[in-house]
Amino acid sequence: MKIAVFVKRVPDTESIIKIKENRQGIEKADLSFVMNPYDEYALEEALRIREKAGEGEVVVISLGPEEVKETIKSALAMGADRAIHALVPESPEDPVVTAQGLKAATEGESFDLLLFGKQATDTDNGQTGTIVAELMGLPSAAVVIDVSVDGDVVTVHREIEGGEEVVTLPLPAVLTAQKGLNEPRYASLKGIMAAKKKTVDQKEISLTDSSREVVSVEYPPTRPEGRIVGEGVEAVDELLKLLREEAKLL
Amino acid sequence: MAQDVLVFCEQRDGVFRTIALENLAAGRSISAETGGQCVALSAGTGGGADEGLLASHGAEKVLTVEDEKLARYSPELLLQVLDAAVKEVDPAVVIFGATAMGKDLAPRLTAKLGVSIAPDCTGLDWDDGKLVAARPIYAGKATIKFRMNSEPAIVSVRPKAFAAGEPAEGASAETSSLSVSLDTATVKYDLKEVLKSGGATVDLTEADIIVSGGRGMKAAENFKLVEDLADALGGVVGASRAVVDADWRPHSEQVGQTGKVVSPTLYVACGISGAIQHVAGMRSSKTIVAINKDAEAPIFNLADYGIVGDTLEVLPAMTEKIRVMRAGE
Repeated sequence: MKIAVFVKRVPDTESIIKIKENRQGIEKADLSFVMNPYDEYALEEALRIREKAGEGEVVVISLGPEEVKETIKSALAMGADRAIHALVPESPEDPVVTAQGLKAATEGESFDLLLFGKQATDTDNGQTGTIVAELMGLPSAAVVIDVSVDGDVVTVHREIEGGEEVVTLPLPAVLTAQKGLNEPRYASLKGIMAAKKKTVDQKEISLTDSSREVVSVEYPPTRPEGRIVGEGVEAVDELLKLLREEAKLL
Repeated sequence: MAQDVLVFCEQRDGVFRTIALENLAAGRSISAETGGQCVALSAGTGGGADEGLLASHGAEKVLTVEDEKLARYSPELLLQVLDAAVKEVDPAVVIFGATAMGKDLAPRLTAKLGVSIAPDCTGLDWDDGKLVAARPIYAGKATIKFRMNSEPAIVSVRPKAFAAGEPAEGASAETSSLSVSLDTATVKYDLKEVLKSGGATVDLTEADIIVSGGRGMKAAENFKLVEDLADALGGVVGASRAVVDADWRPHSEQVGQTGKVVSPTLYVACGISGAIQHVAGMRSSKTIVAINKDAEAPIFNLADYGIVGDTLEVLPAMTEKIRVMRAGE
């Protein structure tokens, strides 16, 4: 069984985001980067499927500049077998452009399962995996919290409002992983050492143009200053009065 | 030049969800600028879906597709419906809700049509013949605006970013049925079962009032106080990542960067310190109340009103007083 896991290098969620002077993007120079947390769930699931089957290959694929090799290395250290680095000058903002780039990166390979994180924590689009599936003519299920492979069928639990859908898809299929799918493992020292010997295939991909144009990047509106109404139980009456009269709630 | 706005009206079990009405409000605000019509698309089995409701919320035209094959959620069949509707209407913009369904269907249509998408939008404008879509990035730490140059432009709109508004009296819409011959041979997504989670019938992303608890609640059992307050207020329970990771509450209640992004009218944060990742999930709440023992907790910088105190004492006091207030009404 061959499983592709698509990983993205994103700023740490602790990061303080600074908008560029020209209001066309954000300053990336001082940020610290990590593997997109949702991609870790996807990678962990791939490793578990391979372990359960006792055979198979987990291939990580990442689209981005030279720096994404760091993220690829982490994925290899976690246990992926080899990697494909689709080299482009900058990680695209547009999920359609990203999807087309990732599809191009899979050329020549034939995967049974293609796993994504449900969304990247920088662009927060949550669409790339489903777009890749559609471009490749593959069935997909997004935001999965449970995966079970049986022969050439995968059964998933997909999160929806107020519950879960239980869905089956024939392989090959695309899934996007939600938090709670599993507990990602930490790379062991052995894994980190082994990663150095694993193959990273670099492919130069030319990206299509985006039909979206950035107009501006702004900070969210600041909230008017609030106040501490009081301390302890004694303050409750005042709070409720303010919620009723000022906030017009209750 | 395309001027109409096509709105996919999400329905479940034959009932239009509130998001559909919010999306119609968004659609109408754009079609008013383009000079075209706001066209609602209703796809289901036909039993019970109230098209008059769509008209009273902004639809000037309603396209209906009725087929037994649509009884269970089938993204592939709905894509066939959407494709046919787009060919029929030739819209400038197609609007979905940024819900589980909308976030699944919108990208499929985007890929099929070879156009572009702005998902999870918090604002839409029409400027110089094009749609300008605003959406949050970096967990809401910034907002990016895009000019959408493809035709149609596809967007999904965040729940509660637009108000559904009051139904307009006497509004009517031209209703017509769209005939689509649904091909099931190519369908691979097989929905076997829908498991409903017990408890909250309203999803956090759609709730008007949320009472959320964090580690300051001290123990899982104390969440009973959070539940009671939510109940008294007519709201739902939310949780911080810390208490979800500690298994006190299910992941479906998590508010935050790796949980749900919510924008209720009232958010009460109980024993929540206000870490960046949590704030990312609730910063667009209309009114924020914080109760925390620590006067220095960052949550107080965000909250409109705060009480410095022990949640285990303050919450029951609030619940009691609200119940008395409500009983007196």
